[in-house]
Formats: sequence, C-alpha cells, structure tokens
Amino acid sequence: MPDLGIEVLFKGKNMLRLLGGLWTALRISLIAVVISIPLGILLGVLMTKKNRMLHAILRVYLEFIRIMPQMVLLFLVYFGTTRSFGWDLSGEVASIIVFVLWGTAEMSDLVRGALISIPKHQYESCEALGLSRTQTYLYVIIPQTIRRLIPLSINLITRMIKTTTLVLMIGVVEVLKVAQQIIEANRMNSPNAAFGIYLTIFLLYFLACWPISLLARHLEKKWR
Amino acid sequence: MKKRTKIATLLTTLALTASMAACGGSSSSDTTTAAAGSSAAAADTSAAEAQTVYRTLDEIKESGTINIGVFSDKNPFGYVDENGEYQGYDVYFANRIGEDLGVEVNLVSTEAANRIEYLQTGKVDIILANFTVTPERAEEVDFALPYMNVALGVISPESNVITTLDNWNADDQMIVISGTTAETYLINNYPDIPLQKYDSYATAKNALENGNGVAWANDNTEVIAFALQNPGYEVGIPELGNKDTIAPAVTKGNTTLLDWINDEIKSLGAEQFFHADYEATLIDTYGADYEESLVVEGGEVPAN
Repeated sequence: MPDLGIEVLFKGKNMLRLLGGLWTALRISLIAVVISIPLGILLGVLMTKKNRMLHAILRVYLEFIRIMPQMVLLFLVYFGTTRSFGWDLSGEVASIIVFVLWGTAEMSDLVRGALISIPKHQYESCEALGLSRTQTYLYVIIPQTIRRLIPLSINLITRMIKTTTLVLMIGVVEVLKVAQQIIEANRMNSPNAAFGIYLTIFLLYFLACWPISLLARHLEKKWR
Repeated sequence: MKKRTKIATLLTTLALTASMAACGGSSSSDTTTAAAGSSAAAADTSAAEAQTVYRTLDEIKESGTINIGVFSDKNPFGYVDENGEYQGYDVYFANRIGEDLGVEVNLVSTEAANRIEYLQTGKVDIILANFTVTPERAEEVDFALPYMNVALGVISPESNVITTLDNWNADDQMIVISGTTAETYLINNYPDIPLQKYDSYATAKNALENGNGVAWANDNTEVIAFALQNPGYEVGIPELGNKDTIAPAVTKGNTTLLDWINDEIKSLGAEQFFHADYEATLIDTYGADYEESLVVEGGEVPAN
C-alpha cells in the first residue's frame, strides 16, 4: 500500500472541515438548482413562442451565458457589481447568482429542445379531442417533456455541483479550497497527502452526485 | 373559474420573475465593458465609481472589524491549520494589526490572481498575502513599508556546490521553473548559462535529484526550505539579483490607513516584532540562519 498521507485527515478537525466545505459547495449548487429549474422551464416555454422580440432577448441571454466561462461570470458578479454599482455581495451570494443565471440559461435550452421534439401530431390530436390549451400542456405535452428532460437535467445538476470548485476564486472556502489548505499545511510532514486528500474529495463528490443519478434512474423507470 | 384565475396569477408572477432574470442577464453584459480587463479599465471606470470604494481608518475603527486578505494555502506565510485556524507569518502580523487598532480581524482567503481586485473593489482593507512589491503592482495599489525580503537563490548538491554564476562551464545546465522570476533573471543577466526548464515544482525537484542539472535557481525561500528538508543539498547562492520586498498593500488612495500601517511597522521595529514573528512562524521552515536576511524590521531594508 503506497503512502497516501490519509492520516492528515484525522488530524484535528480536518475531516469535519472537508465535510463543511462539501456542504458549502452543495448549498450553493442546490439553492441555484432549486431556483433555476423552474425559471429555466418557464424561459424554455417562452422560447418556443413565436414572439420575435422575446425570442431575440432570450437568445442573447442564453448565448451570453453559454459563451462566458463561469470563472469570468463569477468575477463579473462578485467584483464587477462592486465596481459599477457599489454593491457589496458576499462570495456565496455572488456564486448563487452566477449559478442561477447559468442554470436557468442551460435549462431553458434543454426545455426548448424537449418541447420542440414533441411531434406536432400530439398537439393536433389534443385539438381534435377538444382539449383546451392548458389541458393540452398539463396532460399531454408536459408529462412527455419531463420524461425527456430527466437525463438532461441530471447532467446539468451534477455539472453545477462540480463547477462549484471555481467559487474558491472569489473567496468562498468550499471543499477543494479546504483540501488545498490541508495539503499545504502538511507540505513538510506528509508530502504525499495530496493523493489521499484528492482521493477523499473524489469519493465525497461521488457520494454527493450518485444519489441524484439514482433518483433519476428511479424516476425514469417509474414513468416509463 | 377559480382555478383559471389562479393559473393566471401564477403565470403573471412567473413572467415577471423571468423578465427580471432576463434583465439581470443583459445588465451584467453592460458591466463587461466596465470590469473586463480589470486593471486597464480601472481609470476609465472612474465615472461609474462615484463613491470611494475603500474605508478610511476611522470608518474601520467605527465598524469594529478590519478585513484582511491572506493566503489560506501558502504554508508558512498564510495557511489554515488542522483546527481550522489561520496561521503563518502574514497572519501573525494581521492579528497584531487588529489588536493595535482595537478591532476584530476578519481574515479573507485570497488567491494570487485576485489580490489586486480585492483591494480595488474595497472588499478587503489590507492585503497581507506574501505580496511582492513590483512597479507594475504599485500602479494599481498602494504598498506600505516592507516587512520581508525575497531574492533568488541557487541550490546544488553538496558534492559540487555552486557559489557563483561567473565563469560558468558551458556543459553544465541550470534547472529553472518556467515563468518564474528566476528564469527571467537568468535569461537577462546570464544569457550564456544553458537553462533546463520544467513546468512544475515537482518535476524540477526530480531533475535536481536525478542530477539532470548541476543546480536549481528559484525563489530563495523555496530553495532554503528545500535544503533544510533534503539533506545533501546546499544553498550555494542565497541571494541573487535584485532583492525584492514583501509589503502590506491597501487600496490606491487610502492614505489614512496607509499612514497608520507605516507608523505601526516603524513602531513595531522597536520591539523587534518581525523577528518574533519569524521565530514563531518561519523558523521551522527556514531555520535560524536566514532570519537576518529574510526579515525586514521597522520597514528599513538594509542597503547591500
């Protein structure tokens, strides 16, 4: 067994600190997910509408967020708002704002894609059956869309969880930052700690994302 | 009927929220121009920055808390120990500043890449993150008096200690890490020395241990620490080239705080504060031999 420097995890409160860091990362991503999924669904629906103006605005928003690296968005929201408007956002609030903007944009495009993939005859059949617009969406279109959306949104959610590693750049101490702190603090006495600590982080992220995948698989089976 | 009104209200609320989100997206694109190219645009954004971003000495005292940016992963200058407490040479000084100002210290974890940004937006009052004074940086922030020296150093095996770079044997190669000040210095001042460049600390270390090069040039703090940890190597040249200094930095124009820090550093010289700091935080890494060459007391850099 090679020396992985795992012992540094059991020094002082190191393990607790790592878990605290994981909680910070999960808190940011999950709050953002909870806000951006409904917003994204709404924007996605609006994108399928024929309104040109609305379409253009949403398109610009989507492309802007998609092209910008998340790191730049974080700097823009955290430092940029202070520079331009004098708002003093905390790092965590700034991260949540960025993740909501990002999640909403990506989710809206997923929803748009799922919606336009529903064949036209589904709408026409509804009309033939005399269903109202609300009924058409509620009983026919949305249930099918959701089924198509599940694997896509799970992908987005796990990506949002993993991308929280960037928020250390705006001073939020999350799990990766705690790991770097632990590794550096033990640079002299356990030079191999990097292996053990990164392995632990890998397991922590896995444990955080795996239940979400399980839930998705469960839902997909249930609604088949 | 009731159901329909409910749906209508819900839709209106959602539409409102969505339009807000859309505005949020587009207005942040406006700030792109302001914040992109952070440093270069600093002067142009003065119109947008109507209010001063920094807090004066009195405002800090009144608020009861000072925000100090430190590294949280640069042992032994600023790091977090296993109990989650900040430690290190910079942190020791930060705590003393808080004590003498009579305020609480709020330590903020910073990265090398965002230290200037933190000051320019006033998100911290002082940066104490092993910040080397350079003319480029001095245009962006105001540096106080120095409290530490850094220079380049050259380490080599004990069997063949390199003590001078003059009369270099053209067959010998010098190990450097790409992009460091050591590389630039050697290229500019000793163009005849063949360099062997590595991308990371770990690969450079391996190269020295395998004898791929006769010596390794890097920041002197790094090579000194290396020699102490790895018996069989000696720092033949502990100080090479221009001596740089490490100093606290404040937001450009924050003179009240800057003056206070300068007075503080001068008066701390009387009690040999930074020597005590070195002995508390750095001595395990660098040993007692380098105390005099690394510590700057009272803000006075000895002429050499």
